[in-house]
Amino acid sequence: MITFDQVAKTYPGQRRPALSHIDVTIDPGEFVFLVGPSGSGKSTFLRLILREHRATRGSVTVNGHDVGRLPGWRVPRLRRQIGTVFQDFRLLPGKTVHENVAFALQVIGKSGSHIRRTVPQTLELVGLGDKADRLPDELSGGEQQRVALARAVVNAPPILIADEPTGNLDPATSVGIMKLLDRINKGGTTVVVATHDSTIVDQMRRRVIELNAGELVRDQAQGVYGYR
Amino acid sequence: MRHTLREAVSGLRRNLSMTLAVIVTMWVSLTLFGVGLLAAQQVELIKGRWYDQIEITVFLCTADSSGPNCTPGQDATEAQRESVRAALEANPEVEAVFYQSKAEVFEEFRLAYADSPILDSMSAENMQDLFRVALVNPEEYALVQGSVGQMPGVQAIQDLRQYLDPLFEWLNLARWLAVGASALLLLAAGLQIANTIRMAAISRRREIGIMRLVGASNAYIMAPFLLESVLAGLLGAALAGGTLAALQKFVIVDKAKPAIQTVQWIGWDHVALAVIGLVTVALVLSIIPTLIATRRFLRV
Repeated sequence: MITFDQVAKTYPGQRRPALSHIDVTIDPGEFVFLVGPSGSGKSTFLRLILREHRATRGSVTVNGHDVGRLPGWRVPRLRRQIGTVFQDFRLLPGKTVHENVAFALQVIGKSGSHIRRTVPQTLELVGLGDKADRLPDELSGGEQQRVALARAVVNAPPILIADEPTGNLDPATSVGIMKLLDRINKGGTTVVVATHDSTIVDQMRRRVIELNAGELVRDQAQGVYGYR
Repeated sequence: MRHTLREAVSGLRRNLSMTLAVIVTMWVSLTLFGVGLLAAQQVELIKGRWYDQIEITVFLCTADSSGPNCTPGQDATEAQRESVRAALEANPEVEAVFYQSKAEVFEEFRLAYADSPILDSMSAENMQDLFRVALVNPEEYALVQGSVGQMPGVQAIQDLRQYLDPLFEWLNLARWLAVGASALLLLAAGLQIANTIRMAAISRRREIGIMRLVGASNAYIMAPFLLESVLAGLLGAALAGGTLAALQKFVIVDKAKPAIQTVQWIGWDHVALAVIGLVTVALVLSIIPTLIATRRFLRV
């Protein structure tokens, strides 16, 4: 589903590579934690998948596409196959919960009837069925992240990427979000989560890929956050 | 489509003062540009068919015309005409000679004064037949005049440029002033559009970020901005077109045409051509700055 083949990335104007010699294969339906200290290259790893950046060397393949060679006009189609959530939720403050989720479908040209059918189902899935008409700032952080998750999966993408999804949440709320990610994964979606949250990684015992200073230092099935 | 339209209109309203500035600048600059186009067409009309090809016109005697070389009450004879032609063709300063009969001159006259009351009182018999003469060196007008000016059957010789060129100098100056001023203003209009669109894009940065994230196409993201600037540009073009039409009606049709009937004036077809020109410029000037201003927000 996602393959990194001898991937290196150096940002313009920087001498030290953000990633180097990365060889990783993530199979369809896998759940992967991406761990490592700040600046270890986790975000770069995710950005290469999303084709926000291109690899300096090597190739990144996502769902059969060599994303580095994808022409610019094909990138939107790639991104429709990848749901994304961030630490800061990135909701539109002027739109209700329903509208925020529906927006993701509207802007890729889905029909009104499709939207009216799919959005309530997805809100139900993330446990916000009764809050469709609220505005984001009327919700707790955990609820806002659930809206963001609903927006990420409403188009049923085969891949879900989460960059520090619990970074702004308290531990109890974080567990809820992770359970939701787990549920989405059980539905067949490949999930990649970059996180600092050692408790959750240790509890869930899923595959762990650890980066340090741009190098892959550990790739372990049913791993824990770290040995240290 | 509904989304595009709604966003474009809300963008126009949010930036009302900037949008008004864009429309007014477009209006004034496109009007000047249109005036330049009309002036150019007016010059071409006055030049007519012959100006760029010939320098001298040799008018032959007719029954109505008088001159020292004419027999009063009689047209120039065929023999006179042929000897004038032979003299012109033998002259080393002459490059080409074209003869136009009265009927041919009348045909041109009818085209030039198609909508003028003069036409009703004229016929081919009122025309003078003539030779159009192209010179090797346009400055050598006097030499030719000297060689055929005194020949029998020649009523008058006219150097077309001698009396048209000062007029053209003024018209050309007016045209270049109009075009130069409009070029500067059009530049300002283009920059204003780029600024307005950039501000609109910044105020919608968050939406754009999410649209890119969930895979909205660039065309979809760009459409409201393009529509916004094209609407402003076309509104400016419509106002400029209206101004040109008003100029044509109140200055050319109502004032200039009745006052100066010897010149063929630009008509509504010329105004239409100028309006097409300024609509094209308005489209280019609204689309290109928008593409440039939004490029940064769409880079993947």
